[in-house]
Amino acid sequence: MIDALLANLDSLLLGLFAFCALVGAALMIVLRQPMRVAMALISTMVFLGGIYGLLGVHFIAAFQVLIYVGAVMVFMVYVIMLLEVRESFGPRYSGLLVPGVIGFVLLLGTVGISIWRGLPKSAVAQPEGGYSIGKFAITFVNQYWLQFELTSVLLVAAVVAALAIIKVSRRGLNG
Amino acid sequence: MDKTQMLLGLAVAMFSLGLLGVIVRRNVLVMLMCMELMLNGVNLSLVTFAQQTATTTGAVLVFLVFVVATAEIALAIPIVLLLVRDKRTLDLDAYTDLKG
Repeated sequence: MIDALLANLDSLLLGLFAFCALVGAALMIVLRQPMRVAMALISTMVFLGGIYGLLGVHFIAAFQVLIYVGAVMVFMVYVIMLLEVRESFGPRYSGLLVPGVIGFVLLLGTVGISIWRGLPKSAVAQPEGGYSIGKFAITFVNQYWLQFELTSVLLVAAVVAALAIIKVSRRGLNG
Repeated sequence: MDKTQMLLGLAVAMFSLGLLGVIVRRNVLVMLMCMELMLNGVNLSLVTFAQQTATTTGAVLVFLVFVVATAEIALAIPIVLLLVRDKRTLDLDAYTDLKG
């Protein structure tokens, strides 16, 4: 019993993490307070990091936790605490609830059925021991250097746009 | 059901739940977080396909998605702050007079 459990520990943990990530994602729709929604999203992201680690893509697991949880969600939590707008009276959902649910069911049903029917088998065998960051880095710098530079341009544009937004808000305060 | 199918099903479920949240929720910050959930679903599918086909292209795309998500949040949060300072609420229905 214990031996069988230990032999299948990887798939067991994968299923457990997937279930917990799904529960966190569903809680995001149901919960009312933005802070609780943020906590549900953080738990989903951490479980996704666990899934990436189990798949053998360790550096993406690390970056998932570092960038998403450590940077993006901490920023989001700060903003929620900074705004501190208490709105527990109004309705939780907008008037688009019924079309939204219909679209959700249609999208999930269509793609889910096509996944359930089976995927084409890949011709290439899986690499032993997962990815190494060395292989990834060599591919990244040799083959995708242009995209890498374009992301830096995108980040500069984002910084300039954020500064422009701050300028607009200052002008709005003065005028 | 094998591992790839389960992970792709999870990715689709997360993307659909994020889309549902963007459509039905009224709080602007919650909508932003649901967009992050959609990006996470896409990331999971990219990693799963990259794992299945044993290429590094998926991992490169995941990195680009990370960058785009960070830039998106860095731009969206100041806009939300400005809107809240102007309207004193996070409710989306108060922003219906926005034009453009």
